[in-house]
Amino acid sequence: MGMNNNVLGLIFASINDSAVIDLTKQRTMGSIPFGGRYRLIDFPLSNMVNSGIQEVGVITKSNYGSLMDHLGSGREWDLARKKGGLHLLPPFSHVGGGVYQGRLEALNNVWNFIDYAKSEYVVLANCDVIANVDFRKVIAQHEETGADITIVYAKGLYRKEKNENTNILSIDENDTVTEVLITPNMAGECNICLDMFVMKTDFMKKIVQEAASKSQHSLIRDVLQHRKDEFVIKAYEHKDVFFKIDSLESYYKTNLMLQQADIRKSLFNSQSPIYTKTGDNAPVKYGLETNVKNSTIADGCMIEGTVENCVLFRGVKIGKGAVVKNCVLMQGAVVGERCSMECVVADKNVEISAERVLTGSEEYPLYLGKKAKI
Amino acid sequence: MKIKKKCVAMLLAGGQGSRLYALTQKVAKPAIPYGGKNRFIDFPLSNCINSGIDTVGVLTQYQPLVLNDYIGNGQPWDLDKMHGGVHVLPPYQTAAGASWYEGTANAIYQNMAFIERYDPEYVIVLGGDHIYKMDYSKMVDFHVANNADSTIAVIDVPRSEASRFGIMTCDEEGRVVDFTEKPKEPKSTLASMGIYVFTWEKLKKYLIENENANTGSKDFGKDIIPAMLGNGERLFAYEFEGYWRDVGTLDSLWEANMDLLSPSLPLDLYDQSWKIYSRHENMPPQYIGPNAHVENSMITEGSVIDGTVDFSVISAGVTIEEGAVVKYSIIMPGTTIKRGAVVEYAIIGEDSVIESGAKIGMRPECVENRDDWGIAVVGHELCVSEGKQVLPKEIISENI
Repeated sequence: MGMNNNVLGLIFASINDSAVIDLTKQRTMGSIPFGGRYRLIDFPLSNMVNSGIQEVGVITKSNYGSLMDHLGSGREWDLARKKGGLHLLPPFSHVGGGVYQGRLEALNNVWNFIDYAKSEYVVLANCDVIANVDFRKVIAQHEETGADITIVYAKGLYRKEKNENTNILSIDENDTVTEVLITPNMAGECNICLDMFVMKTDFMKKIVQEAASKSQHSLIRDVLQHRKDEFVIKAYEHKDVFFKIDSLESYYKTNLMLQQADIRKSLFNSQSPIYTKTGDNAPVKYGLETNVKNSTIADGCMIEGTVENCVLFRGVKIGKGAVVKNCVLMQGAVVGERCSMECVVADKNVEISAERVLTGSEEYPLYLGKKAKI
Repeated sequence: MKIKKKCVAMLLAGGQGSRLYALTQKVAKPAIPYGGKNRFIDFPLSNCINSGIDTVGVLTQYQPLVLNDYIGNGQPWDLDKMHGGVHVLPPYQTAAGASWYEGTANAIYQNMAFIERYDPEYVIVLGGDHIYKMDYSKMVDFHVANNADSTIAVIDVPRSEASRFGIMTCDEEGRVVDFTEKPKEPKSTLASMGIYVFTWEKLKKYLIENENANTGSKDFGKDIIPAMLGNGERLFAYEFEGYWRDVGTLDSLWEANMDLLSPSLPLDLYDQSWKIYSRHENMPPQYIGPNAHVENSMITEGSVIDGTVDFSVISAGVTIEEGAVVKYSIIMPGTTIKRGAVVEYAIIGEDSVIESGAKIGMRPECVENRDDWGIAVVGHELCVSEGKQVLPKEIISENI
């Protein structure tokens, strides 16, 4: 891992929270549990750390209790540092702060922090994109092309009805971004913006201040669209897997994608691991007559029934004779004996008493709220 | 300025552990994996912090690299303290010269200066090769209540096994009247667990006397306890009731792992009120594949299982390929069991590879002469080639 004192990371913990309103009722996008033991913020944060970035600011908006709890001092990401390290930036932490609309306003709200930044570059990222991205490569291309802004994108399938909050890029043969469209009415393979941006810190300061003076707040609309002819905007292609969490359905399906070996290998590369807060759980315990197939299971679970094509978070208990298929069960779910469940997303600490039958569908998984008792 | 501590723990972690053979060739015994996610030393370290003892000296000598790395700054056990915390204490040179730790008492003697820095009332001496959960603070309270000079934790053992241990005989008040190391004809069944609480001023005196007497053994069981007993000091036995396992031999290590799979749950690692902490890498959750058949087992993070696993303990980052069979075995971290390999009644060390078709160990029923049966062992970072066989009781310490 190369050192990179020259880059500041900025993560927006709450952008697009409304896309998965069930899951963000009591938390931010960044603190949505994912993949058995992670929270969504672990991906951008680990990407930054693995790219040698040693100072990261996390910009929050509301409901950030669980996020603060998860991040703590940043030690698990090696960001509990004297120099640099992790900075939590809540909306009212600075003079003139408050709840913001877009990225530029959010940045202006934490101006004291931004103004203080001495790094040459900044990397901006959201929490609703899951990918293993090496920002060193993005920065190298940014330096090479001399761009003002470099946007990370990936080729993927897009459909307006399915993909809320998706920005689509038009790119010419020189990787120059000619147009940015916000959730346009189209379908098919598109250049999907991964909402990761690289620019010089001074450049960012300039556009943030200019936007503030005109009461503008959106990076996409007010800079990438309205000022595209003033600046050199380049695109960097991420050629590996990526997922965008933009609905309960995509959250559900992305979790279940972890059963595929190539996707696990890409996201959880041992040379660029995804770090997270540890829970000090004992191993998973499998009882007599268990039948477990094609499932991702976090430590601390106790399984005595049948589990097929599921993601089980830490400390889930599956009772004797229960049959659980195509489910995503967050931390602490207790499934009673002889229950039958299919296509269920259970939020944290759900309890399901014996012999219950719960069924959702793949497009509309049945969502059970936090601490629900059934 | 050092802040005074009521009790400092000294953890003896320097022994070679020669009865674990291939497993301790390059790794100190306290760093041997146990139960999928832990290493032996997690038990005394977690017991310490859970008991409110936050100052621990770990005395290391034999093959300390893995152990040092594992302990690090003590953070996983919450022992990275501003005052106190965990300190690794290897032998060091002084103006008077330098020597290795010559015995358990000598190891503490050489680190008296470390203990003095905290000016403690009491010192608790621990080992690094037992699996148990114990509230040491209760033992210290017992020591204080009895106005004792030394308190020795004891456990009631079957009479048939008593001659393997140091055996205490007590009067009706629990005061120790006799102590014999490995007696041929034991007078009682109270065995020393190798856990001692001392009033520090008293221990200091006996350590200095023992050092000057130059007995050759410089050992707690052989020298310090008998000397204190001989001088009529107040020695008490603190009877521990609960799960306690010595894991100093291959058989006992295997059995202690199998205990975790027993339905009666003699040792509960899932108890949130007394967690056994460990240092572990950030690995994704385990994945159980479409061809897997998993029952009666413990499996942990980073593992990918597509074969058969039954009555086994599988550590972090283990791969068990489709068609491989693992039964009644312990697989340590990072090891791969390839397609079609069969591992039964075996212990496989860390980062080893069992190639396809290899056969490790055997069920007891398949061995004609019962005396020929035992656990098969493959050491760390080894490869067992395609189709090779490792017989019961065999211990592999180089590639075959």
